[in-house]
Amino acid sequence: MINFQYSRATDVADAVRQIAADPAAKFIAGGTNLVDLMKEDVERPTRLIDISRLPLTKVEETPDGGLRIGALVPNSDLAYHPLIEKRYPLLASAILAGASAQLRNMATTGGNLLQRTRCAYFYDIATPCNKREPRSGCPAIDGLNRGHAILGTSKACIATHPSDMCVALAALGATVHVAGPAGARTIAFADFHRLPESIPQRDTNLAPNELVTAVELPKRGFAKHYSYLKIRDRLSYAFALVSVAAALELEGNTIKEARLALGGVAHKPWRDTKAEAALVGTTADHAAFARAADALLRSAKAQTHNGFKIDLARRAIVRTLTQAAQATPQSQSIKKIA
Amino acid sequence: MARKTTVARPAEPPLPAQEKIPITLIVNGTERRLELAPWTTLLDALRDHLDLTGSKKGCDHGQCGACTVLVDGRRVNACLTLAVMKDGRQITTIEGLAKGGTLHLLQQAFIDHDAFQCGYCTPGQICSATGLIAEGKAHSADEIRELMSGNICRCGAYPNILAAIQQAMGTRP
Repeated sequence: MINFQYSRATDVADAVRQIAADPAAKFIAGGTNLVDLMKEDVERPTRLIDISRLPLTKVEETPDGGLRIGALVPNSDLAYHPLIEKRYPLLASAILAGASAQLRNMATTGGNLLQRTRCAYFYDIATPCNKREPRSGCPAIDGLNRGHAILGTSKACIATHPSDMCVALAALGATVHVAGPAGARTIAFADFHRLPESIPQRDTNLAPNELVTAVELPKRGFAKHYSYLKIRDRLSYAFALVSVAAALELEGNTIKEARLALGGVAHKPWRDTKAEAALVGTTADHAAFARAADALLRSAKAQTHNGFKIDLARRAIVRTLTQAAQATPQSQSIKKIA
Repeated sequence: MARKTTVARPAEPPLPAQEKIPITLIVNGTERRLELAPWTTLLDALRDHLDLTGSKKGCDHGQCGACTVLVDGRRVNACLTLAVMKDGRQITTIEGLAKGGTLHLLQQAFIDHDAFQCGYCTPGQICSATGLIAEGKAHSADEIRELMSGNICRCGAYPNILAAIQQAMGTRP
């Protein structure tokens, strides 16, 4: 870890002012990912601006029936918040599928959105990496890529986004509130994270001087028919090989609305609105779910070692949609997949 | 594809050494004043500056849980926490759990159930279990196992750790 200066932000405007004044500075809140990356010399900020004491810790109801989650609400507090448990259990479930209790106590809502890939080459500064050092090359493409992306990859990068929480936020259609030197703006969740294309060093469409201040959930929480299924190499405390967030609105056995997003498969949480639309009006059965999975995975591309993830994703999508339809969501403590 | 064998790194930035930052931590109920460089982790502050070596450095990357301590009663990984960010907070370490000559319920339970072999992960396991019980979200054995998954025991004492936590919770079957 390189030496760095440390300062505290007194309010959001001060935080934005401080970061605008120092291009080599970074915000720190929970620190769970940033401190780790600094220890590995992957991140080398010369100043940390501590935003952890800013008053962005509320979960508030919005006038149109949604919820506004302050960027500094810890992941554990959010997962166990009564309104989240009751109205957005898909989000609660996804959060509890990620990390450990200690990390969830530290990690913040805004920071979860901004965590970086766990690609081993990105983490290892002895190897090239287009995300870490633009135009240095991607050793994952013909290297060890068992955990890498199968959707939306580019010749420059096949890294995945590591978050579970963000997969649920994508499925729920959240909105990200940010503040910057030019004022405040909102970014639709689907537009927040990016695909790698030729500039994989950019994970998101957040401008360098902007601060995430809140995440807003729309009114509809799909609390009746939902499931979050995470498949990984061990039963807990591991990143997803494939994860699926599914939510349905049913009338009898007919699908009125569907939400389907995947984690562990792409550079961003992968929501497929076309596959969702094709489910609407159909009977909620295995055949319809298999068609949706095939549609979502039609453009999937295997690397040398991760072809199994395409089959795994197909089965996980069908299983998760079935759990959602039957109102038997995947438990995050009893790991048997029903 | 052309692959470089080494990646050029930018030169170390010419950074003037920042004055050490004065902070106060309430460690196990006692106010401790420290002057620390901002890159000092809470774990290093406890071990190297306060001689509280009960909290262990295992992976130093938040993956093993050996460094688990309580900040304002919540369990966290001290290795990923910058000490200056916890100025004014209450820190509880394994050294602060026993009261006088009486072991904490969890310490006694770990002894009763032989819930360790080498003992290196044990302070983190016990601090983590203290946080777990305070959170009140774990009731069944499955829930305890899941919510303790941030604490790795390479000796594999997990069944006995589970039994010890159940004893302390009063839910041991």
